[in-house]
Amino acid sequence: MFEWMSYNRGGIAGVIILGLVITLLWSIYHGVKTARRREKEQVFGDPERTMGGWYWAVCGVATILLLWFYYSWGMARAYFPKAANELCQVAKVHESLSPIVAQLPIGSRYFKSTDLVVRNVEQLDTISAEFPAGVFSAQEESQLRGIIAQTRSLISIYSNPNSIDAATRANLSQIVGDIDALTTRIQSGHAGLTPSDVALAQAPWGVTHEEIPLLPMTPRGVLFDGIAQELTGISKEFLTLRNMPAEASRLIEKTRKDIASIKANLENTSADEDIIKARKDYLKSVERVFKRLDDGTIFPANTLDEVNTAVAIMIDEVDTAKGSLGIIDAVFMPGEGVVKTRTICIEQGSSRWLPKPSDVVSKFSLLANPNLEDGGGFKGTRLLWVKWLPIADIVGFFIPDGLVDMLPGEYGQHDSDGQFMPTFKDNLLAFAQGEVYLGSIPMLDGHIWDSLFRVIVAMFFGIMLGVPLGIYMGVSRFFKSFFDPMIELYRPVPPLAWAPLILTIFGIQDDGKIFLLFMVAFAIMVISARTGASGTQLSKIRASHSLGASNRQILRHVILPNALPEILTGIRIAIGVCWGTLVAAEMLAGTTGVGFIENVARTVSDYELIWVTILIMGLLGLMFDLLMRKLISILIPWRGKG
Amino acid sequence: MSDLVCNELCMTFTAPGNGAKVEALKNINFTLKQGELLSVLGPSGCGKTTLLNMVAGFLNPTSGDLMLGGNRIEGPGVERGMVFQQGALFEWLTVNKNVDFGLRMKNMPAAERKQLVDKWLDIVGLAGFGDTPTYQLSGGMQQRVALARCLVNDPDLILMDEPLGALDALTREKMQSLILELWKETGKTIIIITHSVEEALLLGQRLFVMAPRPGRIHKEYQLDFAEQGLKESLRDIKQKNDFNKVREEILTMIWDMEEEIMGGV
Repeated sequence: MFEWMSYNRGGIAGVIILGLVITLLWSIYHGVKTARRREKEQVFGDPERTMGGWYWAVCGVATILLLWFYYSWGMARAYFPKAANELCQVAKVHESLSPIVAQLPIGSRYFKSTDLVVRNVEQLDTISAEFPAGVFSAQEESQLRGIIAQTRSLISIYSNPNSIDAATRANLSQIVGDIDALTTRIQSGHAGLTPSDVALAQAPWGVTHEEIPLLPMTPRGVLFDGIAQELTGISKEFLTLRNMPAEASRLIEKTRKDIASIKANLENTSADEDIIKARKDYLKSVERVFKRLDDGTIFPANTLDEVNTAVAIMIDEVDTAKGSLGIIDAVFMPGEGVVKTRTICIEQGSSRWLPKPSDVVSKFSLLANPNLEDGGGFKGTRLLWVKWLPIADIVGFFIPDGLVDMLPGEYGQHDSDGQFMPTFKDNLLAFAQGEVYLGSIPMLDGHIWDSLFRVIVAMFFGIMLGVPLGIYMGVSRFFKSFFDPMIELYRPVPPLAWAPLILTIFGIQDDGKIFLLFMVAFAIMVISARTGASGTQLSKIRASHSLGASNRQILRHVILPNALPEILTGIRIAIGVCWGTLVAAEMLAGTTGVGFIENVARTVSDYELIWVTILIMGLLGLMFDLLMRKLISILIPWRGKG
Repeated sequence: MSDLVCNELCMTFTAPGNGAKVEALKNINFTLKQGELLSVLGPSGCGKTTLLNMVAGFLNPTSGDLMLGGNRIEGPGVERGMVFQQGALFEWLTVNKNVDFGLRMKNMPAAERKQLVDKWLDIVGLAGFGDTPTYQLSGGMQQRVALARCLVNDPDLILMDEPLGALDALTREKMQSLILELWKETGKTIIIITHSVEEALLLGQRLFVMAPRPGRIHKEYQLDFAEQGLKESLRDIKQKNDFNKVREEILTMIWDMEEEIMGGV
């Protein structure tokens, strides 16, 4: 079942997209109809105007999902599953053409030869103008100026239309003829071509790790693939062409010798290091320009005109032969489209970093699989599951060993036979250290639980310590003034700024993260409890005094319940901040947790995994918040009505 | 007998900022016998709320003595119940829990508490509302709860700080009758602070008109409208000539005081 779904994810996505489009249209229709049917609408600005309207929420969710499908190319894959493969073949054609195109003004403004000439002449001008004074001897100077002049004349030799030899001209015509022949082949269409069995056996687009199947799976694809192969040969041929008349060869030979002779004498001087360095640098810059020109890749003007025309026509024909593919490419594949790089075809566009929804779901189910041997979980830890936790572990965690040390009695010693008989105190110590088996209880396990656990523990201690302190700070001059500077000093520091320090002190295991989160939760709880406590109406306090309540009773029965709304709001905020801090802390260090998964995913650029973690965090955060909101409405129904 | 004795009572505040001394009350002397109904009237700033807060024990006098039943008042106590303008109910508790708050603080057994609460809710006309959350009650009902919460503790002295100030005219009249009935039935000493001259006349067996700067008792009246109010309708009393005469006299008095303040500025 799962295999089938995974293999047919494109088709399933197609059905879902259709459903989403229908939902979107229906919700808009329903929304407009409801708005029209509404007999009286509140005046603008009345909060009542925002009440209800669930259909617009449906509309919004459908929109975001459709946008996701669209920009991840999910729609293209769902409805045009073969398009990527065909476009891959087109990309192959362009890849094969690219060495020739590089020489031509296609996709640029000038022939490459023109660019080379202009740039090198400019550099030669600069070099002659900046000839360093007092570095070279007079003889060397005239030698160097000679080299520059020779390099200049090299450019003029290349640019002379008569310089090109007959064989090169013939080769160029041959290339033009070959390209034209291929263009004709493209025009004649793909009738009669069939994809190979090997190609047809490839997994469809996006199912395997290699995203787009490389071999052509359609007749049209076979045509483009064949063209691309031929073009590769032509390109190779083209790259061997040189414009190297005998005159140029001689000049190059001479210049090389000149440069070598200067080089030999470069360090043959008593001058200091600065001068020697200046000599070396200058010669290097002269040589650099010369080396750019000694391979005969500059052609005279108009030599490549015919090649240019032939290639331009071919590219036009490829576009024509693409037919509907072109529209699919332009409409459903935002970005550059399918691009061939080395041995694979990749999606170049927003889908590079925005995985398709179906792929994210697939990744998530892989991650959620509790069977670790079956490749489930992540780095040897499940995502979320149940495990049997020995009670002894909990005992060992909560009972400090020092407590046993304080009890009366002595720890045992080994006896004369070298045997160790544990005393009662030894047994107690074993118990406190969690070494006595006490049975097991079921416990949650996995990355998500690890993250949740850290937040829950930190929140527990934050509330348990923060709320009483906050309330005392709200009612006592001593508590307020004594603790205020401490808390106000550490609270404004962003939690992540504390992280490196805390993680160094406590280590990268749970304790460090829990303490970091505790710091966050504690400050928020203190402040919210304090605000709640100090905000108690004076008349309520006075009334309870008159009713005979003691100070302690007033704290417990009046100030605490009165601060409850603030405290719960504080908890809601603290959970949110803790959650955010936690993920970042897990990214800094650790071996489990949702943030850890994302950090690993980041280092290997696994965008699907990154998005899975983002969605997990978002959904859990949302769940926390909804829970807190529900809790607030149940616990303090008088909120805003007192 | 628990009479309230006030002897040369003075209260001086230091104004925040410039540190100027403000004499909120100066040399107040009176004795309130048990069962007397006193209403206190005066322009704003005459120290009537300060006087009440000192009787309640929320403020300590700068000098002078306040004695209730021979004991010096040195802090809030159960024997002096207080009813506030806005009720000051605990909105997180139901009506029952609000009313028996004082009893619960004394750890009275649940059965006794229930009996007392039911009795007092019945008296203030809230029978059957015991389990209603207080934030769902109207202003008048909230004040009834506040009255019951105070009375259930059986205080010797009931202090009311503008208890009816936030109510509409009709509810107010009903509550005035209720207060008179409670006074009659329980025989408690009651001090009521009010802004309304009518209310002060209707609910005052004795009436203090206070004057500001320094806060002092300007004039004292002995009235019998409260006694009449137990037998006749309050609306009829308001029509009477002698009622109107006293009302006009006091209104003029307060008017003059306000003029004096405004002129003095």
